[in-house]
Amino acid sequence: MEKTKTLFDVIGPVIIGPSSSHTAGAVRIGYLAGKIFGACPKFVKFRLYNSFAKTGKGHGTDKGLLGGVLGFDVDNSDIKNAFEIANSLNVKYEFEYLEDYNRHPNSVDIILEGENTPKMEISGISVGAGEVKITKINGYKFNIDGDYNTLILIYKDKPGMVYRVTALLQSQNLNIASMHCDRNNKGGEASMGLCIDAAVPEQLLSELGKIDEVYLIRNLKVLKK
Amino acid sequence: MIKYSNFEDVYKEAESRNKKLYEICELIEEQNTEMSVKEIRSKVKKNLDAMEAAIKEGLHSKEKSMSGMCGDDCSKLLEMYKKGSKLFSKTYQNVLTYALATVEQNLRMGKIVACPTAGSCGIVPAVIFAIAEALNVDDEIRINALITAGLIGELVSNKIALAGAVAGCQSECGVAAAMASAALVEMYDGSNEQILNAAALTLKNILGLVCDPVAGLVEVPCVKRNAFLAIYAVTGAELAMAGIKSVIPIDEVVDSMQQIGEMMSPRLKESSEAGLATTKTGLQISEALAQKWKSE
Repeated sequence: MEKTKTLFDVIGPVIIGPSSSHTAGAVRIGYLAGKIFGACPKFVKFRLYNSFAKTGKGHGTDKGLLGGVLGFDVDNSDIKNAFEIANSLNVKYEFEYLEDYNRHPNSVDIILEGENTPKMEISGISVGAGEVKITKINGYKFNIDGDYNTLILIYKDKPGMVYRVTALLQSQNLNIASMHCDRNNKGGEASMGLCIDAAVPEQLLSELGKIDEVYLIRNLKVLKK
Repeated sequence: MIKYSNFEDVYKEAESRNKKLYEICELIEEQNTEMSVKEIRSKVKKNLDAMEAAIKEGLHSKEKSMSGMCGDDCSKLLEMYKKGSKLFSKTYQNVLTYALATVEQNLRMGKIVACPTAGSCGIVPAVIFAIAEALNVDDEIRINALITAGLIGELVSNKIALAGAVAGCQSECGVAAAMASAALVEMYDGSNEQILNAAALTLKNILGLVCDPVAGLVEVPCVKRNAFLAIYAVTGAELAMAGIKSVIPIDEVVDSMQQIGEMMSPRLKESSEAGLATTKTGLQISEALAQKWKSE
């Protein structure tokens, strides 16, 4: 579905320049990746593709991505100083610039490593006007754009898992706007991305955490726009 | 419930209720979001404040962009105006310098309001703030003006994405200029008809503008284009205030913009594969930057 345009899509957003797709979009991809990782990383590697790779330095795409991972919003004046701030927080970072025309023109893979958090690889694309999508998490396909509160689950692929999760949502009267599932192989691991119309309460997260077969839970709040 | 899909619908709605276009836009926004009109106006005010801050900071900076191509043009103009302008008024000078100040803030990673895009961020603020100063109008009038600008952009964007990669620069700086023209007529207290004529006249005369940025960056020709199109937007408003009409109605101008955008070669839509980007000098700059960034 196309989203309804609002007035503030046109006389806004307030962002750090110079490019809504290559700077603000980069900040948003980094921000979502940081939230999905769920901790301050010790090391982040960014693989930039195509237009992101070619024009990224001139657009501050590198600073935007790193600033986003550190939790900056698109209008944070510190984006310009993201390298210095990462250094002061002892976050190591690395950028690779690649070409792969099977990928979207503005693509990035973000590999995050932390002290007590398992390594994650998160891919995103910047689709224009500051709008972004997280397309992959640890190899599973997702479609996360930050317009909704989003639940991300990785779990054992077996019958009844979707039911168990959605039943818990129903018990809290939470409506699912859209959902997206994927898996590596039958009986292996599977993933679920659920866009929810309201904020997901902590209690529900702990209920989900009690399901043995659920390996990873993340609760992304709707992006400030 | 206001049903609308084009300018004609919104115009008829406004006329039948005896309201200005910005008032209808507020009602549409209220209907589409969970904000009240009061909240909408206060958010618009916040964006105006961000525009003003960008102008102020931009007027005092000469810092170049990361590529080094642009960043000190506003200061050159200001330097000349200090010695006194030969032909034009202070308001004309302000339109030019405010446009450059804003768009130069953008390229040095300053905070700006994408209006409708980052590359075209100087046009609407330049016109609104320079003319508001000249007319000595208050916040409320400026808010009405920016909402009027927003309505133009929103209705165009319902038909066509405002992105150089989709329809060329006509859909970025071109639409920004149409938005600025409409805002200016609102500040002049022109009629709804005059507002739409200003937008139509302005958009009509920028149809076909391509997006061919040197080295793929939002700098050449984008920076100076903001100054050119800010003045150009004033022309559209002046013509409309005199009662001059666009023979082609605004909805049809937008349709033709969409058609032209579709027919435009992808090489001229932000891909930097033709036009200014592939001139001898454009390619030299692009090559030199690629070397510079490899070595960093």
